[in-house]
Amino acid sequence: MVFGRAATVVWKKLLHLLLVVLAVTLLTFVMTDRLPADIAAEISGRGATAADLAEVRERLGLNRPVLIRYASWLGDVCLGRLGNSLATELPVKESLRSHLPVTLELLFLSQLFALLLALPAGIITAWRAGSRLDRLTGTFAFACASLPNYVLAMGMVMLFSLKFKLLPATGYTPLSAGLAANLKGFLLPALAIALVEWVILMRVLRTDLIATLKEDYILLARCKGVPAWRILLVHALRPSLFTFITVLGMQTASLIGGAVIIETIFALPGIGRLLVNAIFAQDYPLIQGTVLLITLAYVLINFLVDLCYGLLDPRLRKVADNG
Amino acid sequence: MADLGRKPGITFYLACGWLALVVLCALCAGVLPLHFTLDQIDSDHLAAGPGGAHLLGTDAMGRDLLVRLLFGSRVSLIVGSCAPLLGLVVGLLLGMPAAWCRGWSERLIMTATDVILAFPALIFLLVFTAILGPKLITITLGLGLLLSPRFIRVVRANTARFREREFILAARIGGAGEVSILLKEVLPNIMGPLLAYTLVVTGYVIVVEGGLAFLGLSVPSPAPSWGGMIAAGRDVLEEAPHVVIFPMATMFLTVLAVNLLGDRLRGRYERS
Repeated sequence: MVFGRAATVVWKKLLHLLLVVLAVTLLTFVMTDRLPADIAAEISGRGATAADLAEVRERLGLNRPVLIRYASWLGDVCLGRLGNSLATELPVKESLRSHLPVTLELLFLSQLFALLLALPAGIITAWRAGSRLDRLTGTFAFACASLPNYVLAMGMVMLFSLKFKLLPATGYTPLSAGLAANLKGFLLPALAIALVEWVILMRVLRTDLIATLKEDYILLARCKGVPAWRILLVHALRPSLFTFITVLGMQTASLIGGAVIIETIFALPGIGRLLVNAIFAQDYPLIQGTVLLITLAYVLINFLVDLCYGLLDPRLRKVADNG
Repeated sequence: MADLGRKPGITFYLACGWLALVVLCALCAGVLPLHFTLDQIDSDHLAAGPGGAHLLGTDAMGRDLLVRLLFGSRVSLIVGSCAPLLGLVVGLLLGMPAAWCRGWSERLIMTATDVILAFPALIFLLVFTAILGPKLITITLGLGLLLSPRFIRVVRANTARFREREFILAARIGGAGEVSILLKEVLPNIMGPLLAYTLVVTGYVIVVEGGLAFLGLSVPSPAPSWGGMIAAGRDVLEEAPHVVIFPMATMFLTVLAVNLLGDRLRGRYERS
């Protein structure tokens, strides 16, 4: 019975998420259609006559109404076809496949660094709330949160790449060229993102953990003589992770395609760069393919976060359909 | 007045002072007795260090950094203040009715909000500026519209808290119309937390505007902006780090000051 209801909730959520994907891709189609650049002129090259342009537009199907083109694109997507880039004529899938690993590695490393900073800091400051350590961490976090990640990125490049010559300033070394060289290239960009993002994670964890530590069952555990680390890590942490997981999910989702400035500074060929270049070239199939990937990732991460709620607190599995 | 909380410390006054200085500089940049004009190129001093005729040095093209920093503050301040205000106005116009009328209008507004939140902000900004041109007003409008869904959510949540309160009921019994209740009874009560949120967003917007410069989407090149100066200084990072350090420090201090004020204001309303 409970299981059946949970399944309905999951289906409802999936339907809602599907609607979001449809709305976002349609909106992208309509908006990019308004771009002033003319891809037909770009393809036909200089000295193209009006007839040439018309021929190119006809061939690419650009003179059909935008809704018809969207419908035909959607049909292709359902059959697993993303088409070819207009500018380079490479398959869109191929471009996505070559750019996605860069974005995923940046995302994984930056979130890892952010977690390594936020989890211990959040736990310790919540345990010793109001102490000198808490205030110091808070001040440091506040300064971090006021630093734009590109400022941090350039500051670290000046320090670690130009002054001490420890790490490369820009450039991407594929994994095939060795793990160490590959990681070296990702260290600064991942840190630049993490040093800004850990702050909000730390803050929500601290707030929620402080609230949990005031609960009666924590008092009971203390009375029973459970050691502090066990209370924190086993009893208090799990129910305090809701906002934390939500924020982590939101940050992760926004990094797919949203890390474009960091990717630009460090010359990393990620999804964000791919999207920006596609927009500048008015390359519809590539824009649509990239946006589809970004939105699917966004939606999927949100879905996983929702599932995590149930894992964190079994009580929510029963009342999930109220929310 | 007992609810004012802790007394403002020295950091609070420093933050106010810094912001006042930046605003003053932005206002008076045109009438200050500066030795150089905005686009004056001093070809004898390319990327010169601080000191001498150029107090903060020059950039790679030999333009005076101090002058560009002063004029550049206008972009950050205008975008940083107008975009959140636009978001706030849209948030009030749509969020308050959504919370008050409920039913299908609330569902419609909130669904639209969800879609815009899921929409890649980058696409919106790129297309928006590509169509209307990278001008100050475009950037302000675009960022303001992008912020609106967040404001709608905050306004709605804050308004909903007052739906069942006694003084609302009292006003209704007294014969006040719903619009007048929203404006006279609800609005004054939600303005405090909303202004605190607006300040927090302001710091964020200044950061985002600077980031747009890296994609060539901020104000076009000869016009100065802090983000533009940082992005342009990337090419001479090794030889002339001061070209980026000054705008970076200015931007950091400004965002820090705005965040400090926002944090204080928020702390005040969270307590009460």
